[in-house]
Amino acid sequence: MPNDSKREIGSLSSNIEHGVMEHDTDDLWGDSRVLMNIGPTHPSMHGALRMVAQLNGETIEKSYCEFGYTHRAKEKLGENRTYHQFVVYTDRLNYCSALINNVAYAMAVEKLMGVELPPRAIWIRMMCAEIARIMDHLVCVGINAVDLGAFSFFLYGFHQREEGYSLIEELCGARLTTSYTRIGGLMHDAPEGWEKRCKAWVVKTRKVIDEMDELLTGNKIWCQRTIGVGVFSRQQCLDYSFSGPVARAAGIDLDLRRDQPCMFYKNVEFDVPIARNGDVFDRYMVRMEEIRQSLNIVSQCADKIQPGPIWAEDKRVRIPDKDVVHNTMEGMIHHFKFFMHGFDVPEGEAYTQFEAANGELGFYIVSKGSPRAHRMRIRGPSVWHFQGLDPMVKGSKIADAVAALGSINIIAGELDR
Amino acid sequence: MDIKFDMDIRQPIPSNGGSWLAQWGEGWKSQVARLQEKFGASIEEVRMPPDYPTDVPIIYVKKEAIAQVLEFAKNEAGFEYNFLSDITATDEEMEPRFEVVYNLFSHSKFWRIRFKVRVSEGAEVPTATGVWKGANWAEREVFDMFGVKFSGHPDLRRILMDARWVGHPLRKDYPLKGYQIFPSAEPIDPSFLR
Repeated sequence: MPNDSKREIGSLSSNIEHGVMEHDTDDLWGDSRVLMNIGPTHPSMHGALRMVAQLNGETIEKSYCEFGYTHRAKEKLGENRTYHQFVVYTDRLNYCSALINNVAYAMAVEKLMGVELPPRAIWIRMMCAEIARIMDHLVCVGINAVDLGAFSFFLYGFHQREEGYSLIEELCGARLTTSYTRIGGLMHDAPEGWEKRCKAWVVKTRKVIDEMDELLTGNKIWCQRTIGVGVFSRQQCLDYSFSGPVARAAGIDLDLRRDQPCMFYKNVEFDVPIARNGDVFDRYMVRMEEIRQSLNIVSQCADKIQPGPIWAEDKRVRIPDKDVVHNTMEGMIHHFKFFMHGFDVPEGEAYTQFEAANGELGFYIVSKGSPRAHRMRIRGPSVWHFQGLDPMVKGSKIADAVAALGSINIIAGELDR
Repeated sequence: MDIKFDMDIRQPIPSNGGSWLAQWGEGWKSQVARLQEKFGASIEEVRMPPDYPTDVPIIYVKKEAIAQVLEFAKNEAGFEYNFLSDITATDEEMEPRFEVVYNLFSHSKFWRIRFKVRVSEGAEVPTATGVWKGANWAEREVFDMFGVKFSGHPDLRRILMDARWVGHPLRKDYPLKGYQIFPSAEPIDPSFLR
């Protein structure tokens, strides 16, 4: 629509001419203030986000952020799909760590129904969540470095990430959109020897992380571009409900895996890295250390996992076995009822939280006793982090805003839902 | 083949807080008692687990008092719910129509609680942005999706939907495929920078 776009550009510039950006007499630069629009489609915006900034020279005086360009009405769909059908939609929340979303959603519905999982399923889920966390962090630090001009660092991490995806592919056949969990179980059992391959991957990834650390952490340019940039203090983090690595980089000693343990996180040992300054460099350091801790967790899980069932002994949620479905009438009816009608979740409500790669991922589900949720609220950490971007970048240079945006790891799928 | 098949797959098992209830049940009771003592008639109703199928206590507050109650829960010793996990709403399809839901979390005690405000269509809820700055966007989203207005909010406009959107998508009477298509992108409004 060439005419439309011309008109908009015209109206925008006329707005500026008519004194929306008023002239400040104390201002050395006089009329040099510009209105700058970054996004929605810009390589340094991680997804379809838009930031509109009022610049004085290169300094951001004020800014506002917009999102919603990839809004897919997930909460509305959650009210119109059965609990089983909604699993696939959770992949598309934080697509860098789809498995964490799957696990958190399955946990939320299981909590509402009171379903207890067998140990093997829980161990596999924990390994999945930690592998996904490692891959999410690798992408975050890698892309953050690419934004600041360090390209080879990103490729080291990306290779290891692809190897990790191969492990996930062995589980469920998909690499990115996994849909691996089911309410009350898993799609498939892990194949023979999967744990051993995970341990081999852990050993390799540890080496790569050390290499990446040597490559970037002491680098002078990297330090100058990140130390003291995008600072968000502890108090600000609390005001804006920051969670996860970004909050821990500002000194908030909280990890839901340790402090509100779910699954078997009590049975594994790991440290929670904390930093003090809350700048881009500290977020990078926290994420790098968290990768190492998650590698430890994966390797401990691989030692502790035992053969056994992967489905809960609960007739309400268990998908009927295929030989029963194909060979008996009752099984066939059960199968059709299960997939067409869905299973009824008893009346009640629960907020289930999980420490996702970015922070607290919450599912607040209200059930009225039907196979569809009355309310399916998804609390994505990215929304709260993106809200803090305006105060975070106020008064800094436009290039530092790109660094800050990369470090809080905004994922558009989770942001827009 | 020996097949055991039970048609009764809908036996209700109430959800509960499980270990949370054992851990914090007494604490919750004393908190509720203190809230009722302090705010009196402003606390409309309390739904405690395990009597009601919920994971944490739900405390219904009159909408005029919600900001004070949140402030109290945030700062008072013995409560210390200093972290706003979430603000959302539900459409109950009866009068009063909406319930605004506040999920709180404590960084020091690791317990959770849920406050709710019943609000009918067109009525306004006092904003929580004075208690947590981060409540800003969450309240904007509730306004966008349900049309619940927040009095005293600094910048109450749509957040996920286009500014030209008609209706509120998460209301139960809004159709699932209620598409609205705009030929051009939303223009930049420099007045937001003021």
